[in-house]
Amino acid sequence: MKKLLIYLKPYTKETVISPFFKLLEAIFDLLVPLVVKQIIDVGIANRDKPYILGMCAILILFAIIGLTCSLIAQYFAAKAAVGFSTELRRDLFSHIQSFSYAQTDRIGTSTLITRMTADVNQVQSAVNLTLRLFLRSPIIVLGSMIMAFAVSPRNAWIFVLVIPLLSVVVFSIMIKSIPLYKKAQQSLDKVTSVTRENLTGARVIRAFRKEQEEIDRFTVANNEHHAIQNFVARISALMNPLTLILVNMGVILILLFGAKDVQIGRLSQGEVVALTNYMAQILVELVKFANTIFTVNKALACANRIESVLETPLGMESDPTLATETGDSSIAVEFQNVGMTYSKDAEASLTGIQFQAPRGSTFGIIGSTGSGKTSLVNLIPRFYDATEGRVLVNGRDVRGYETEPLRQKIAVVPQKAVLFRGTIRSNLLWGNENASDEELWEALEAAQAKDFVLQKEGGLDAPVSQNGRNFSGGQRQRLTIARALVRKAEILILDDSSSALDYATDAALRQAIKALPYQPTVFLISQRTSSLQHADQILVLEDGEQVGLGTHDALLKSCEVYREIYESQFRKGGEQA
Amino acid sequence: MKKQKMNKKTIGRILRDLKHYRILLLLSLFFAAVSVALTLYVPLLTGDAIDLMLGKGLVNWDGVVIIAIQIGGCTLITALCQWLMSVLNNRITYGMVRKLRRDAFEKLQKLPLSYLDSHSVGEIVSRMMSDVDQFTDGLLMGFAQFFTGILTILGTLVIMLTIKPSIALVVILVTPLSLFVAAFIAKKTYSMFRLQSETRAEQTAMIDEYVGNHKVVLAFGREDEAQEEFNEINRRLGKCALRATFFSSITNPSTRFVNNLVYAGVALTGAMMCIGGGGFTVGGLSVFLTYANQYTKPFNEISGVLTELQNAIACASRLFELMDEPNLVPDAEDARELESADGFVAMKDVAFSYTPSQDLIRGLNLTVHPGQRIALVGPTGCGKTTVINLLMRFYDVNDGAIFVSGTDIRDITRASLRANWGMVLQDTWLRAATVRENICMAKPDATEEEMIAAAKAAHAHSFIKRLPKGYDTVLGENGGDLSQGQKQLLCIARVMLNLPPMLILDEATSSIDTRMELKIQKAFSTMMQGRTSFIVAHRLSTIETADVILVMRDGKIIEQGDHATLLANQGFYHHLYNSQFES
Repeated sequence: MKKLLIYLKPYTKETVISPFFKLLEAIFDLLVPLVVKQIIDVGIANRDKPYILGMCAILILFAIIGLTCSLIAQYFAAKAAVGFSTELRRDLFSHIQSFSYAQTDRIGTSTLITRMTADVNQVQSAVNLTLRLFLRSPIIVLGSMIMAFAVSPRNAWIFVLVIPLLSVVVFSIMIKSIPLYKKAQQSLDKVTSVTRENLTGARVIRAFRKEQEEIDRFTVANNEHHAIQNFVARISALMNPLTLILVNMGVILILLFGAKDVQIGRLSQGEVVALTNYMAQILVELVKFANTIFTVNKALACANRIESVLETPLGMESDPTLATETGDSSIAVEFQNVGMTYSKDAEASLTGIQFQAPRGSTFGIIGSTGSGKTSLVNLIPRFYDATEGRVLVNGRDVRGYETEPLRQKIAVVPQKAVLFRGTIRSNLLWGNENASDEELWEALEAAQAKDFVLQKEGGLDAPVSQNGRNFSGGQRQRLTIARALVRKAEILILDDSSSALDYATDAALRQAIKALPYQPTVFLISQRTSSLQHADQILVLEDGEQVGLGTHDALLKSCEVYREIYESQFRKGGEQA
Repeated sequence: MKKQKMNKKTIGRILRDLKHYRILLLLSLFFAAVSVALTLYVPLLTGDAIDLMLGKGLVNWDGVVIIAIQIGGCTLITALCQWLMSVLNNRITYGMVRKLRRDAFEKLQKLPLSYLDSHSVGEIVSRMMSDVDQFTDGLLMGFAQFFTGILTILGTLVIMLTIKPSIALVVILVTPLSLFVAAFIAKKTYSMFRLQSETRAEQTAMIDEYVGNHKVVLAFGREDEAQEEFNEINRRLGKCALRATFFSSITNPSTRFVNNLVYAGVALTGAMMCIGGGGFTVGGLSVFLTYANQYTKPFNEISGVLTELQNAIACASRLFELMDEPNLVPDAEDARELESADGFVAMKDVAFSYTPSQDLIRGLNLTVHPGQRIALVGPTGCGKTTVINLLMRFYDVNDGAIFVSGTDIRDITRASLRANWGMVLQDTWLRAATVRENICMAKPDATEEEMIAAAKAAHAHSFIKRLPKGYDTVLGENGGDLSQGQKQLLCIARVMLNLPPMLILDEATSSIDTRMELKIQKAFSTMMQGRTSFIVAHRLSTIETADVILVMRDGKIIEQGDHATLLANQGFYHHLYNSQFES
């Protein structure tokens, strides 16, 4: 929570003003029964009409002051809460933007999204509520007691008795029910997951005729949730009746002891009325206070989750001691006995990778799913750090580069074809902010995307919806290739980027890339031997290990795994039409 | 107009559903009425007590004691009524939630797959979870508040009018002002809330896109631009959130202000009357002041309840929409059980389409003898699963008929038909349960030996053994950490355990690696021994040895025959076959 409080600092003024005015309002609320007492004991007793009129004018004045104070308080509370969350969201987004791949993997994107939306909103309303009520309610409760002392010190003990009793009741119900509400939520999650599973497996369930069994499973989860929900509700249902009993007990005591004191002239009628009024005020405020604590408690959990995101240290710094060329700078990319492990207790994803890719050459990588192909190319732009050995780009250790200039040298076409909301142009400009239209069209042509972009209404300005949903998989893939080509980078990485393309398009694409005038070093990941056949070198990966390196022909002779892959595909037909 | 009609229909339906709880509801209303009446009565008693202590030596002690006892009694009864009322309300609400969810879940089992295929899982889940919650919450809790609110207002007015009509008039005259203020603020805030939720949705979409695809953003070094765009939306959100938050939070102070004016007015007129004689007492004044203090509170609550009720009705209608979807056509009454299929499958003049406007299959004829293999071939997304859907009777044909063992499959119970098919789909589905439970799905009473034999036959035994708890390892949702190939092997083992006479198999595409594929291939051929099999085929060896090849394109079956015949035809199959090897 501490770390989040910093975000309230720019709103110090607001966070002081708001409770202060709430406090003022509370004080005026507390004074009202006293005024009424005066009306009864002085005005009515002395039949003094002007006095009564004056006192009522004071009441109206109090109402106006109360409203003003309250509006001021609400405004500053809203300003502080909204400002707090706005800045918190900004920093969260910026912090998440600077996460490395490894951090995003570990935390998970869906979690991050929840942190930034639902959690921040919860905390915002809690801040707002806290500023308004956290001070007011205790003040009213304590204030009532103090006022009781002022009115009648002899009878104030009733308040001293009732208030702690009320607090015990309210807080013990809360303490009991908060963990139960959590349990109820968990049991609801279970109901949801059974439903979800049933829907995703509808075909299999029906094929195995398991409909009834599924209903039984659901019923068990549903009943369990029902039971917990009922139980916790029964506990919470005690809150209102118990507090009512306690407060009315206080009223009865005030009447009985008040009557005795009035009889001997130690207390006036008006003072008895004032005492009962104060008792009634306590009830309302205490219940409000309990609700506030409830919300704040929920928000604290959210705040902690947000904090843990903000506390995640930023991953990668460049190391100036490595900022010199130590290797051969005519070699675009070199791996020196590289190994990589994603997390401490995981098995190594890459071990002993060793190769040199000269400038302008084409380097193929092949291997089965999970063999580490993507992990390998991710080391080049330093999306991850090698845990063993060194990765060199143009003869310099990648850890010796500043992130920006290193990644400028490299254009990546990721496996998952993702576009962003905007236009085709805005997406292509990701590759290079300053590219001319002519350059964009060149890239589109090389990526075999020119035809369908021309057909789109608006051409380059055709809209792209969120995640590029308004394009087919194949179109998206070609646009992501074009986006990378716009960069005209020294190194081009294509991570299985032609999986949605048919054979002819794939071949044309490879031709076009070969013909690029600036001759990038190309890394080509594929599962098809046919796509890699013409590469200058092919690296064969199996379970993260390098089991072969050479040309297609050499590998066919020397590498058993490569031969196996080649033959299994040569014998396979039909799919890639 | 139409919407109103819909609302009426929905409300009628809700009331029908509530019939079941009629007695509980009436009891709840009764307790609510009692507790409101007594809650209003206690201030009256307090006032009476105060009138019994006029000043020094003027206290009627016995009277005060009697009233104190009465207040105590009323309090206990009120507390009991309040408690019973909440217990009843919870019982009704949660009972309804449970019943609605169960009904909806049972409904899901009866819906045709066409419905499930055309609605996203998230959408259906949200109808069953959050819509049900909001509906019952809004309806019942809202109703309880509404009811007690109205009773409180009416009761207060009646009491005030009986004690002193003239002061009551002061209160009644100010009431419209309070209502007006609340309505005015509600109207103002509504548009601000809309703007806020729209902006928030826009921001969420952006977060979704950029955080969800964070890796791409990093790869292109677009962090700064993303931040700029985010800041712009964020600033806008901050602005409208401030307005929405502030304006919504002025309702309470404003009505409280009106309330305080009422209070001052009552104090003034009351005090004047006390002086003016006519029997109005200080106790009476204190009663009025207490009432004036609580009088406007129900107004605030009621206006909140109305929006909640509207929301509840909207949620209810979404839920009812799901419940009203037509069920799948039930088995024919004289449908017979298919004991053990002999392996004959025939399609006669079959026509089928998902939507009337686009027919896919027309005049499909096919005769399959026991033990034959039928390969379905074609580019991805060409609709090979359509054939599976028809064979398993997930969908019914529009025209013509499919025969199994010489009987139209519509004359066989679905359960017995499906019991005769073994199905392994590429889109694997496993339960979040142990490996054992998953394999034994078709035969829960299988022995340990049978299960291990099935797993061995599926080439799954060796990797299962290496799982942390072997066969008792609990899998995560949809197979958890298992690889795609491993999941498919488990699905094969599931079918292996109780091998039906006919099979539907879905061969792996290139996303599975070569070695795993070999294992799956081997498992498939073990299964197919002597069984009629339909295979969605990607491997040339499977296709070449198939007895019949169905070539599909754009959802239609365009060619049919064996490998040699189709090649000789020089059609699409020929093109498909050659495209793999052109260079």
